[in-house]
Amino acid sequence: MKLKKSTVNNLISYGIVIVAFVVVQLMQGAGLISRSLRGQLVPICVYIVMAVSLNLTVGISGELSLGHAGFMSVGVFSGVVFSEWLMAAFSMENETMILVLSMIVGGLFAGIAGVIIGVPVLRLQGDYLAIVTLAFGEIIRNVINCLYISVDGGQVHIAFDNPNVLGEIVVNGPAGTRGVSRMSTFTVGFALVLFTLFVVLNLINSRSGRAIMACRDSRIAAESVGINVTKYRMMAFVTSAFLAGMAGTLYGLNMSSVQASRFNFDTSILVLVFVVLGGIGNIWGSIIAATLLTVLPELLREFSDYRMLVYAVVLILVMLVTNNPMIRAFFARITPHRRGEAGKGGEAA
Amino acid sequence: MTLFLERIISGINLGSIYAIIALGYTMVYGIARMLNFAHGDIIMVGAYICFVAVSSMSLPPLVGVLLAMVVCTILGVTIERLAYRPLRQAAPLAVLITAIGVSYLLQNLAQLIWTANPKSFPSLITLGDITLYTSASGASLRLTGTTIVTVLANIIIMIALTLFTGHTKMGKAMRAVSEDRAAAELMGISVNRTIALTFAIGSALAAIAGVLLCSSYQVLQPTTGSMPGIKAFTAAVFGGIGSIPGAMIGGILLGVIEILGNGYVSTQLGDAFVFAVLIVVLLVKPTGLLGKKVHEKV
Amino acid sequence: MRKTFLALVLAAVMALTMVCGAFAEEEAAIKVGLIGPMTGAAASYGTSVAQGAQIAVDEVNALGGIQIELNVQDDQHDPETSINAYNTLWDWGAQMIIGTVTTGPCVAVAAEAYNDRMFMLTPSASSTDVIADKDNVYQLCFTDPAQGTASAQYIAEHELATAIAVIYNNADTYSTGIYQTFEAEAANLGLNIVSVTTFTDDTTDFSVQLTEAREAGADLVFLPIYYTPASMILQQAANMEYAPIFFGVDGMDGILNIDGFDTSLAEGVMLLTPFSADATDELTVNFVAKYNELYGANPDQFAADGYDCVYALYAAINNAGITAETSTEDACEMLIAAMQELEITGLTGTMTWDETGAVTKTPTAVRIENGVYVGFDVNGAETAEATATEAAAE
Repeated sequence: MKLKKSTVNNLISYGIVIVAFVVVQLMQGAGLISRSLRGQLVPICVYIVMAVSLNLTVGISGELSLGHAGFMSVGVFSGVVFSEWLMAAFSMENETMILVLSMIVGGLFAGIAGVIIGVPVLRLQGDYLAIVTLAFGEIIRNVINCLYISVDGGQVHIAFDNPNVLGEIVVNGPAGTRGVSRMSTFTVGFALVLFTLFVVLNLINSRSGRAIMACRDSRIAAESVGINVTKYRMMAFVTSAFLAGMAGTLYGLNMSSVQASRFNFDTSILVLVFVVLGGIGNIWGSIIAATLLTVLPELLREFSDYRMLVYAVVLILVMLVTNNPMIRAFFARITPHRRGEAGKGGEAA
Repeated sequence: MTLFLERIISGINLGSIYAIIALGYTMVYGIARMLNFAHGDIIMVGAYICFVAVSSMSLPPLVGVLLAMVVCTILGVTIERLAYRPLRQAAPLAVLITAIGVSYLLQNLAQLIWTANPKSFPSLITLGDITLYTSASGASLRLTGTTIVTVLANIIIMIALTLFTGHTKMGKAMRAVSEDRAAAELMGISVNRTIALTFAIGSALAAIAGVLLCSSYQVLQPTTGSMPGIKAFTAAVFGGIGSIPGAMIGGILLGVIEILGNGYVSTQLGDAFVFAVLIVVLLVKPTGLLGKKVHEKV
Repeated sequence: MRKTFLALVLAAVMALTMVCGAFAEEEAAIKVGLIGPMTGAAASYGTSVAQGAQIAVDEVNALGGIQIELNVQDDQHDPETSINAYNTLWDWGAQMIIGTVTTGPCVAVAAEAYNDRMFMLTPSASSTDVIADKDNVYQLCFTDPAQGTASAQYIAEHELATAIAVIYNNADTYSTGIYQTFEAEAANLGLNIVSVTTFTDDTTDFSVQLTEAREAGADLVFLPIYYTPASMILQQAANMEYAPIFFGVDGMDGILNIDGFDTSLAEGVMLLTPFSADATDELTVNFVAKYNELYGANPDQFAADGYDCVYALYAAINNAGITAETSTEDACEMLIAAMQELEITGLTGTMTWDETGAVTKTPTAVRIENGVYVGFDVNGAETAEATATEAAAE
């Protein structure tokens, strides 16, 4: 049996993620992992999915999105409400089941938001597109801040700017979600990372993926060979939103309370930092950068007052070092077999 | 009617501040092709320098403003030299992330130096108010001194910048670099020096914007610059990024829309309204109000 | 192989994290963790609490009895970071937590603390969600409903207003919480609310909110907000020559201490507050002097809350007989029992707690006159009580 090169590469990628998961599980079993790191496992999975999905928009499809946190926010709130509804309406008890179903619903809602936003946004280009995604992110945050949602038996009540809703309030305006049953686990988080990799890697290596990259590299050329540019840009954008929504639900169900204000411009930028630091279009880079930069602020706690200052300095230095032509040339020399693929830019490892 | 005019005036005041910040964004973007997200934090530094000069060192306000401009200019040029110039050949997004790093750095440094406790910025503008008219019901329409100074400063800066870029040698060099960097270099223009000059001007403007922002709204904190920074960036895009009159029009319109949206739509959704208008405008005019339409070549 | 290399990097990072997480110190002091925003937009609240708490810890340690080791962790006013901070403190071996300072993160951390049986005393997270259904989470500040209701009652009782406008921060849990209970109580009491407007954390221009209040003919503006936006509102109202009565809540305290603030703008402002930096009792005077010496500023309500938290815990620790060797779980049960018995007089008044974790103390209504707080309206029953409390604090 002869496998295609991309298939082999993908299998290796899944293998590494699975090995990393098994190692962490074994270390956890042996009590080698501090509580502080254990608490970050789920957020790390969330940010990996956020970064990989944003990389699909920014790296593969070539559109700068500054509102990715907006999709996460949609996923958080729709997923949390759905999980409470499942428990109230069907008395479901299997937490993994509820979590997975809620993640799918969170993803769907974010995907729908992606379609609604994608239609106007994808008519624009470059920085204008970026600012419109920023604008949508801010609008989502503003609107969710005014939402009061309750679950009353099998019914969901939604009120705008009015806290007097019937039943158990789940989303309480600016106070955000309330009394969430925390059911996110590292195992499900890991499964989501694997799922995301599966979706994104398959998309990239498919006919559609090549069409998306063709649109990125030259819209006019792509159009001239009969590629429906809008359709493929939309495909990447909505997939990315869907995955961000799933990550959002995982995030929302990991904490008993989270506020809409958490998903502001800063969070969108944070995820963008992961993507750029890991290398635009480089899926593995996103995974590593998301992991490192999520853990970094916690490692810096020993600096106490100077923590975020050190973080900023590290960020600037890393950008300067990784973009230094001499250092780049050096890395290119020690990994000669990569040179050809790196030249293609969007190729994932 | 009085109420409406009153809101328009507040909107123009707010918008003029956005406009001055947006001018800095737009110039840097036009010439260095980068989004300098640290611009908002330079505003904050400018306001702090002026605050220290006026409140702690009891210098006259004008000296405080000049001092803030000098410090911000040095700061802006230093940041450009250390953090942005090495990345001139890198991907634009790499520079964007570095700018965000610089923004975090400035905010955290400011917190360490001046603490997180808010400062109340003294109103430096001693110009009196002008009452335009008093209606029968006793409501009067007034222009505050701060508004007058802010709007005047905005107009003067815009005219000066337009003259500078249009008629001086350095200004023409800037336009050349913005038009075609490689060709400009071949014509003997030093790209590095031109970009440094742009940062110097942009940062000096940021200092003025900081002083005006805090004169209008008083409170000064390490995070003071971030939201006006984002709004001004929006304004710059709104007007067509890279265009000086565009930044001014975009800024003022954004301020007016924000106040009218708050006043007539809902204070809850004021910001959402501003961004919704922005989206509609960009859909109708995809490169902003005064942006140049770029023709793609095959 | 680059992938092998990457896998090694991942493994190395994890190993490094473990090593960093494994540090522990051996000392015979009771380990108290403190969580709050030390950086970011809410940093002024967190740093104030930490500074106030540090003064109290130094005083307690100087007494020579029980020693307390305070470990302050930053949460940037973010639930996720707050849980990380909590976990770091757990790894450090914290026996109890002061915090968290802000409401949103506090609700998230309280759920963790409840599962772990870690005792928590929050200095300033005032939502009822913080303590709801959690027997081990206590509050040192008033709850939002208490403030909203008390404000409405106070305004009605003293007939302060015929038409009321409210300006609140609808992106902030604290502000929205007080407004909602204020509105409910105002409806009960037949108060006439003529204008309700909101703003967010990013708002700098309040002209719309103020004009609307003025146009609606409001003679009292209720401001259930923190002092930073309040100072902007006062300044902008003065600019437009609009001078209703401004009525605030405890978040307003601190307005007189903003560096450079023109206190004449706050002339006549009324607020319900448990703490006043101008109080003349010995406790406050000492605290204010020490705070000024160490940090070069007057303490605000947050600093006072932090200070009181340490003393409340200190008293409870003494009563319960907790030592550095007591496990976190045991300390939690002992503190829960001790807190309900406790009566302590601190900077923010005399406090007792019930089993829900809510505090009982008397808010003082004060009016700002000539840049200082003055106990308002001696005829008012509440003020009489408050004066008694202050006297008791001597």
